[in-house]
Amino acid sequence: MEKVYEGGERIGVFVCRCGVNIGGVVDCDEVARYAATLPGVVCVSVNKFTCSDSGQADIQEHIRKYNLNRVVVAACTPKTHEPTFRVCCEEVGVNQYLFEFVNIRDQCSWMHIWDHEGATEKAKDLVRMGVYRAKLLEPLEESEVAVDQNAVVIGAGVAGMQAAMDLGDMGFHVYLVEKEPSIGGRMARFDKVFPTNDCSICILGPKMVEVARNENIEIMSYAEVVEVKGFVGNFEATIEHKPRYIDVDKCTGCAQCTEKCPVEVPYDFNEGFGTRKAAYVPFPQAVPLRAVIDLENCLRSEGKECKACIKACERDAIDFSQEKKYSKVKAGVIIVAPGFVTYDPEPRNDYGYGMDDNVITTMEFERLLNAAGPTEGHVIRASDCKEPMRLGFINCVGSRDVKTNVHCSGGVCCMFNMKNAILLKEKRPEISCYLFYIDIRAPFRGYEEFYNRARELGIRFVRGRPSEVIEKENGNLVIRAEDTLKGVVRNIEVDLVVLGTGIVPHSDIEKISKMLKIPRAADGLLMEAHPKLGPVDTVLGGVFVAGGASGPKDIPLSVAQGSGAAARAARLLVTGKAKIEGITAVSDAERCIGCSLCVDVCPYVALTLDKKEGKVMVVEAICKGCGTCAASCPVGAMEQRHFKTEQVEAQVKSLFALT
Amino acid sequence: MEPKIVAFCCNWCSYAGADLAGVSRYQYPASVRILRVMCSGRVEPVFIFDAFKNGADGVIVTGCHPGECHYVSGNLNAEKRVENTRKALEYLGLGAERLRLEWISASEGLKFAEVMREFTEEINALGPSPVKSHVDVKNPKH
Repeated sequence: MEKVYEGGERIGVFVCRCGVNIGGVVDCDEVARYAATLPGVVCVSVNKFTCSDSGQADIQEHIRKYNLNRVVVAACTPKTHEPTFRVCCEEVGVNQYLFEFVNIRDQCSWMHIWDHEGATEKAKDLVRMGVYRAKLLEPLEESEVAVDQNAVVIGAGVAGMQAAMDLGDMGFHVYLVEKEPSIGGRMARFDKVFPTNDCSICILGPKMVEVARNENIEIMSYAEVVEVKGFVGNFEATIEHKPRYIDVDKCTGCAQCTEKCPVEVPYDFNEGFGTRKAAYVPFPQAVPLRAVIDLENCLRSEGKECKACIKACERDAIDFSQEKKYSKVKAGVIIVAPGFVTYDPEPRNDYGYGMDDNVITTMEFERLLNAAGPTEGHVIRASDCKEPMRLGFINCVGSRDVKTNVHCSGGVCCMFNMKNAILLKEKRPEISCYLFYIDIRAPFRGYEEFYNRARELGIRFVRGRPSEVIEKENGNLVIRAEDTLKGVVRNIEVDLVVLGTGIVPHSDIEKISKMLKIPRAADGLLMEAHPKLGPVDTVLGGVFVAGGASGPKDIPLSVAQGSGAAARAARLLVTGKAKIEGITAVSDAERCIGCSLCVDVCPYVALTLDKKEGKVMVVEAICKGCGTCAASCPVGAMEQRHFKTEQVEAQVKSLFALT
Repeated sequence: MEPKIVAFCCNWCSYAGADLAGVSRYQYPASVRILRVMCSGRVEPVFIFDAFKNGADGVIVTGCHPGECHYVSGNLNAEKRVENTRKALEYLGLGAERLRLEWISASEGLKFAEVMREFTEEINALGPSPVKSHVDVKNPKH
């Protein structure tokens, strides 16, 4: 293969104007003229859009005409366009690793909008560095690995359930791992869902049953993925199964144990309203419909010999000898859908929350509205158990606020809080509702109509973020806010205040991000591979993301993303093959002195010291190509392909060639 | 003359952060030349010395935040190497402050621009690298 290049390097340089994105700042013709003077460059071309069909055709024509064996494109960023140009080169016989990308848009023209001269000089430097590096590039081969036909889905909210069902229906085995004792996620807690106000559990319940019935889905509830090893197509996940202290094969979910259990604790499913027992079934529609014992609150944890549940259970399903168990599963793909939580106003006592009884969050209000909730659908306030007749809904609590969280919840909270006001108003038209907002965001089909409906129902919208909520002696509250449309300060007395809390990252997101190495965005949520073109991909091959974990999303969007992630994952499962980059470590046995410094720094187990030979061996299938070993080698025996010492050095040194 | 600064960026975090700075149009001086490596752990002290030897006024190595490295711990190796290289630079009389290490995530475009602005100012204040006068910039060795 090397023989092809005997005639020396024949480099073609293609400079992209990217419309005015680069061309408006950098003098592209000057850059091309300069590139033509560099050693090894046999042709240059300037394109309006090098990535377009005609731009790519131009590259291929030049390759044929000038018999090029190296291609340098100075354009946007390799993060988005390197694959495009690699394929373009391969198609006409130039190995994809002989292609070099020079970033003159994202890291040059866009950075120095007003410094045309500086940007042009910088572009010339970068092109020169690219050319000197290209001269030393070597052809490499991608290896192909088989893709395991199982999938792991983390999180069984509506997005994770959808992803699992789609993959299950396609015939792939899915491990659906849910931390809570039941699948269903947030949606199971809602009363009605906007914009059609249909009953949430009535539409979700059948879907949950369908997931359980799907013969290809293995639900692992009350379990968490704690470790992931491997790479695309060949992951191994370690799953921690928390003890339920119930034999799930014997339990029927009859709740006899619940009836007899003497311990009552705040009911988490009802947002802490009302109580549940220490032995409990999560909620009536739970899947799997099995009891669970919360040992932390059980009398046994205090050393008492309570046997109430054991005696009550006719099927002898209670088993206090259970312990935490671990299992390992193999999978070709992983879909991450851990969901989101809403902002907790308690630590900062926003608007008196946590101090004043009659200030609650909209999620708590949702449970009050729910017929299956703690008050069977009757809205009452905590201070005197009376029905409130005047309500104040405050939007953007813990969002769009420099003090807590500057990010917007993308309209989800606007709609959520508005929906709760509508539900109340529909039930009891005589109740007066005020809704304080900064901007109303009602972006999708039927949402604007929903907003109009709220106004027609007589909900009074006040544009302004309240400065404070003052509690009166009788428990009533005065909301003080500037009405920015009227330009007056208003003091509105209400009986109950409902806070529309913003969407913030789940506590597990940080764990998952660290475990899988998925970067997080500024809002703390997981980052997708590309905000427009790769919304369910991550930067990791074989790992996909869906639902609220990658940005605030309502139900339709979460479902769409669940299906999207399943489809993206299925591409790998169906073909059964995945490509692995050719960038791996390589050791020169002649030079290696067997010091094994590289073995010590390898974050994987890709390097092993052959003690007999006294040489280090590279296991390429495990190597991920970080190059840390190459940097640690004292004799230059260890190298990282595509980033060899001489290749990087050529780039560094050529930066200063002021010809 | 504008200083020349070499920035080593890792593919997963800081290079993406540099792209994001561009997409968001956060401006910084055109003095910085970015070199992409897969991981900050790949940056050998030799690369840094090469840069100074050939006339760089400053070198900055950037990687993922600790605990967020795409390759688990490559960035921690980078940290150790940079720390040692800084000592060597101090010993050589170039000054440790000409070499900097920074953690920049893929979402920290603003931080990337701010760091580059700040570092350029620092290097400007230090003046041109003393090595520069000994380098024949017309005839660099490749």
